[in-house]
Formats: sequence, structure tokens, C-alpha cells
Amino acid sequence: MTDPRRVVVVGASLAGLATARALRAAGYDGDVTVIGDEPHRPYDRPPLSKGFVAGTLSVDDLSLETDDDLALDWRLGERAVALDPGTRTVTLASGTLVPGDAVVVATGSHARRLPGPPLAGVHTLRTLDDALALRSELLPGARLVLVGAGFVGAEIASTARGLGLDVTLVEAAPSPLAGPLGVEVGAMVARLHDAHGVPLLTGVPVAGLAGRDRVSGVVLTDGRVLPADVVVVGVGSVAATDWLAGSGLTIEAGGVACDAAGSTDAPGIWAVGDVAAWHDPSYAGRRRIEHWTDSLQRPARTVAALLGGPVDDPLPAPYFWSEQYGVQVQFAGRRLGDETVTIEAGAPETGDVLAVYRRGETPVAVLGMNQPRLFGRIRRQLSTPVQEFA
Amino acid sequence: MQHVCALADVPVGEGLRIDSVSPPIAVFRTEDDEVLAIDDTCTHQDASLADGWLEDCWVECPLHASRFDLRTGAVDAPPAKLPVRAHAVEVRDGEVWVALSDAVPHLPPGVTYEAS
Repeated sequence: MTDPRRVVVVGASLAGLATARALRAAGYDGDVTVIGDEPHRPYDRPPLSKGFVAGTLSVDDLSLETDDDLALDWRLGERAVALDPGTRTVTLASGTLVPGDAVVVATGSHARRLPGPPLAGVHTLRTLDDALALRSELLPGARLVLVGAGFVGAEIASTARGLGLDVTLVEAAPSPLAGPLGVEVGAMVARLHDAHGVPLLTGVPVAGLAGRDRVSGVVLTDGRVLPADVVVVGVGSVAATDWLAGSGLTIEAGGVACDAAGSTDAPGIWAVGDVAAWHDPSYAGRRRIEHWTDSLQRPARTVAALLGGPVDDPLPAPYFWSEQYGVQVQFAGRRLGDETVTIEAGAPETGDVLAVYRRGETPVAVLGMNQPRLFGRIRRQLSTPVQEFA
Repeated sequence: MQHVCALADVPVGEGLRIDSVSPPIAVFRTEDDEVLAIDDTCTHQDASLADGWLEDCWVECPLHASRFDLRTGAVDAPPAKLPVRAHAVEVRDGEVWVALSDAVPHLPPGVTYEAS
């Protein structure tokens, strides 16, 4: 597939738009159809839990588009329900068939929910419509319980505290943020909650939600009930692969299996962004990286391969950021879990830690809290660890 | 033109935020020892571009991925969508002088400065 004339991009968020932009930047002048299940033009999701819910950013501020006319065929508010890799044809919920010479799967992920029937006052946050619904309920004095103290939960806690809500975080794991940052550094970041008067309960799984039509509390497995007017569930995400059931595409590590350039096992079918479970040579197998920067940058590699060109740029160290209580938290690199961590600037007490993760003498990951300059320098010196297999 | 700093205050390959003008600007010294100045605040969010990563005559915002051309102030890709202003620079006798652009600065939402 070196000369496609019609590319179909399924997903109209950052990774989908980055794909379309990379196609045009590469000089591709064929048709590009972009299918999105939300009615909105591409918008930026990270501010949803921060400035947008806080009311300092408008819908217009969230737009990811520039004035450049990419000449795209938009199919917004239309959900893709099936893919036939053999004919590279996407079926929309309306029944419309959209064939292409190449199909790029960029359907992203959905917020994971708690089991049970829907209850008013219980939210997840993934989309603009989620954020609008949540924003209308974050009223000063209201009691907000966040289920999950990951980055989304932590950011909403910070925003809601700033709006004058009575906020509590509940985390099932004994150590907050231990997965992405490790136990020690996760605790350094999570202490921001305590410093801002937000209780964080750890090691307490949620048994269920109390309330008839509207939520009234969060029931913990130890029997406690936390009274709540509003609940936000931030317990991770699930890749949007349900529509690919029956396509024959391999689903692995929760996403569409592909190589580092996004090529799947079906010719002409590619995957980018959160939905892509791609092969990272430094890991044992495929994995999904749900970072904004990955969705922004890796589609250019996919497009290079899709157009038949060479893909030889080294992959940059994975990078993500968070913003909580006015502190910029930044992390880059590949953490396998057995690194030694040293604090090279600042202190947890002052919320300005620069922590470097090393394997032997080699820095492989770095975390910064309000240390943008030092962080940026170390980020560019990181080496890719090579996992050793027994 | 106005004096903003000594050339020695800006190491090669680094940027320096200048708070004596408002909104603040950033003076950069490239690897080729060229001295250039743009607005310091990223147009996307409140971040100091002087803390960013300098490569050739581009600086990458230290928080997100937008890069700004130090010669023109143009931005390469979102999340920032608007350019910063570029300011004329002269280095005389080891001192850095700047003529501020008279264009209207593009500050990020929620950030305000008194004009100097």
C-alpha cells in the first residue's frame, strides 16, 4: 500500500487529527475522511479536569484546530460499528459504508465505570459532555467524593477544592500513583492533597454507591459510608475496541495489536493513540500508552509507514504531565519498577521535587514537581532501558 | 531600545526570563551564539518559555509540545495556537538591548499582565 487515494481515520480526537495533519504535512493530497462518535470538532481533553471545569477555559479555548485548511471529510456524531479489514471498509451506526485504501483506528478509550445501574450525581470524565455535566454540579459547599486517586481524580480534587467543595479521595490501592510513579514518588505527589486539606483514604476499596435516584454516599468495604452529593469515578480507562469485535484484528493488552509504527496484522489497517497496543522493544510485549504526547507524536510515524516511507526516528521517552493545586507534575521515561530513585532538587515538603530514576548509573525516567527547566534537561538525557528476560 | 540584561547572564543554549518588562519576555542565546527575544509566556498555558528546550532557533514549551520560532514567534503545532511576539535585539558591549514589539501579546486564558 504505497499509493493510497483514500484514507479513513476512525476517531476525531488528538490522535485522529494528528494523523490527518501528518498526512497533509507529508504532501498527501488524496481524500481523508475523519469519523468521530462525538458531535464536536477535535478538542483538547487534558484541560477538562482543570481549567474547563474550573470555568477559566471556554469550549473555544479547547479547540485543537488551527486556521490551516486540511480539507478533511468530517463525519462527526457518527459512530463506527464495524470494520472489514479485507475491503478496508468501516460501517457507521447509520448503516453507511465508508471504504478506504487505508484505515487508521484512532478510537481512543472510554472511562471505566463502576458496576451497577446509573445514578444521578455519579460522573466519569472523558468527554466534553462529561465535563459539562460535571461542571454544573460542582457547587461550592457540595460534598464531592472521588473514587480513585490517579491523575484524573487528583486533578478534579484540586479543581473542586479551588471551587470551594468539600472533597474526599478514596483509593483502593495502598499506595497512590504507585503504578505510574512507584510507591515512594507516588506518595510525594499524593501528599499535595493533605497539604491542601483534602483527605485521601488509601487501601479502602469501594463496595458500592448509596442512594435511590441520586447518589447519597460511597460505601467502603470496611463498612464506612462517605456522604456525597457528587461522585466522580476515576478508575482508569478501557480502549474503544468493542466495535472491532468480529473484525478479526488481534486485540492484545486491551488494545489493537500493532508494531511501533502502528501497523496491525491486517494490511492497510493501522492503529494510533490510546487504542493502539504497540510493540515497544523495551518491554516484554505490546502495551498501550495513554499519554497525550504519544497521541500527538506517534501518528507521524504511522503516516510515514502508511505512505511507504522509512520510519527511523527514535521514539522519544514517553512523557505526561498533570497539574494539581497549582503544581506542575511532569514525568518522562520508561519505568520498569526496580530503579533506584534519588531526589536531585527540592523536597516533598515544599512540593518542588525533582526525582531521577536510574538503572545502575543510567537515568531512565524523571519526575518533576514545579521543576520545568531541570526536568526538561534530564528528560532529553534519558536512556531506553532494555528489559532482560529470564 | 531598552536594556534588559547582560549577555553573560544568558548561558549559551539557555533562556532567561526578563521580568522588568510586562508582560515578561525571554532572551535566548542559541548554540550559534545568536541572541533572540520573544514573549516569555506560552500562548497555550501559563508556562515560562525561558525554561523550555532550545534547539536551533526554536524553543519547546517546557510543559507541552508546542515549539516557537525565536525569529518570528510563530508556533509549530497545538496545543498552542497563537504566536508569541518576537522582539528586536541588539548586543552592545556585552549588554542586551531590546526593542519591544508593539503588537498585542497573545497571553493564555486566565493570565493578565499590566502593559509596561
